[in-house]
Amino acid sequence: MDIFITQLSNGLAIGSIYALVALGYTMVYGILRLINFAHGDLFTIGAYFGLTILVSFALQGNVSPLIIPWILIIMAAIGVAIIGFLLERVAYRPLRNANRLAAVVSAFGASIFFANALKLIYSPNRQSYPADIINLPNIPIFGVDIQSKRLIMFGTAVLLMALLYWYINHTRTGTAIRAVAIDQGAAKLMGINVNKIISLVFIIGPALGGAAGVLMGLFYGQIHPEMGFSFGLKAFVAAIIGGIGNIPGAMLGGLLLGVVEAIAGGYVSGSWKDAIAFGALIVILIFRPTGILGERVADKI
Amino acid sequence: MSNTSSYIEIKDLVVKYGKVEALHGISLNVKKGEIVTILGANGAGKTTLLASISGLIRPSSGTILFDGQPIQNIDSAEIVKRGIIQSPEGRRVFSTLTVWENLLLGAYTNHDKQKEKDILEWVFTLFPRLKERLKQLAGTLSGGEQQMLAIGRSLMGDPKLLLLDEPSLGLAPLVVRQILAAAKEINERGVTVMLVEQNAVAALKIANRGYVIEVGRIVMDGEAHALMHNPEIQKAYLGG
Repeated sequence: MDIFITQLSNGLAIGSIYALVALGYTMVYGILRLINFAHGDLFTIGAYFGLTILVSFALQGNVSPLIIPWILIIMAAIGVAIIGFLLERVAYRPLRNANRLAAVVSAFGASIFFANALKLIYSPNRQSYPADIINLPNIPIFGVDIQSKRLIMFGTAVLLMALLYWYINHTRTGTAIRAVAIDQGAAKLMGINVNKIISLVFIIGPALGGAAGVLMGLFYGQIHPEMGFSFGLKAFVAAIIGGIGNIPGAMLGGLLLGVVEAIAGGYVSGSWKDAIAFGALIVILIFRPTGILGERVADKI
Repeated sequence: MSNTSSYIEIKDLVVKYGKVEALHGISLNVKKGEIVTILGANGAGKTTLLASISGLIRPSSGTILFDGQPIQNIDSAEIVKRGIIQSPEGRRVFSTLTVWENLLLGAYTNHDKQKEKDILEWVFTLFPRLKERLKQLAGTLSGGEQQMLAIGRSLMGDPKLLLLDEPSLGLAPLVVRQILAAAKEINERGVTVMLVEQNAVAALKIANRGYVIEVGRIVMDGEAHALMHNPEIQKAYLGG
């Protein structure tokens, strides 16, 4: 039972990161029917931005460890949002009416560009966030000591998701984003500027991805320029499990994937966790080809 | 030669899809306060005409003047702001959004809360059914209700010129009568209406004037009652 609770908490923590990244995939897919393969790299860029901000402003020791994550998240999210906005303008918008494959190739190109730019600017080697940056005592839950940084991580990610959920469902602009995802032509007839909405999605998704990168660095320590590939793939799987294009689906898929992976790692073996996670994807897709909450079939890519 | 009393005036409009010419130089006008119907069979170019007025496609030549201003090269969002609002063919309601959210999106360009409230009241008196179904997803409405929603949604943007594309499509005769009565009522409140229809009888009953389009050309125009009694029209469109 102890292992279960420990692994559940680990799974929820990593799963909440998957969920944040998955939201970026799913929102872009929902609106453009495009898988933004460079999204994993935006996550990595967020992690590096966070580290740079942490070091260059000498935050550690001078600012409360409870506030540091928020400073890093907000600043890195803004930086990555700008990159996301430019990415759409440069790599995707000119290809809007081109063959769909052209945009996919462009996405891969952007991904390679970002990973190599990081290697050039930082270094191809792993870098570490300071290990003791959030040094708080463990918190007992159901008699098991849970690392408080896991709780902070999970709580932060859930808060960001709740904000997004509120924004998408309860503001006029959020409703417009959903409308554009359903029918761009009809949205134009409402006076909605579809290009602006697409830009907005390429700001929100990358901002969340960048925030996830910071959380990843803060709570797992090591970061490297290529981590966006494998992590992005997992988050993409999470988006598909939940039903790509569906926002609550991405949240659910991320958490589910994290938990399955962690439980598998705890009870079977750490080296089997990826196999079991992808096995879970296959099983879910056999029974729900459109994902758990998905209605549309992902037939375009 | 330009008719100064025209609210919208279209001159020699040519629209191409790739190399295929869909409209071969269409000219027509609608005066303020009129209901003008555009009749024609499937594929005649009626929807293309409305799409170019709404700024969804760029004409390759010709002009569209609205209230004296050329609008043929203006963005769809700006056209909505200027007061030309289209209720599209096939209703195109946002099916996974609620009725209320659909109406709210109709008012996307309208930032005057009081006006929004007033129009909403008006939409509810026109279509009381929408008020009952406010929380329902638009996709769960019947065809007639979806048409009411599509029109109500366009009204929320406070149109000066309302473009209705085949509002009667696929609806039972009783519902068609309701929808067209509503169009008449909307017009009586001061909104100019362009009504695209295949159902010529129903459209001519409420219209002041009409144009007939055949494969991208206007082949006939005139007062509604004259068209109604025109033997050619009767043969082609009225089943006479």
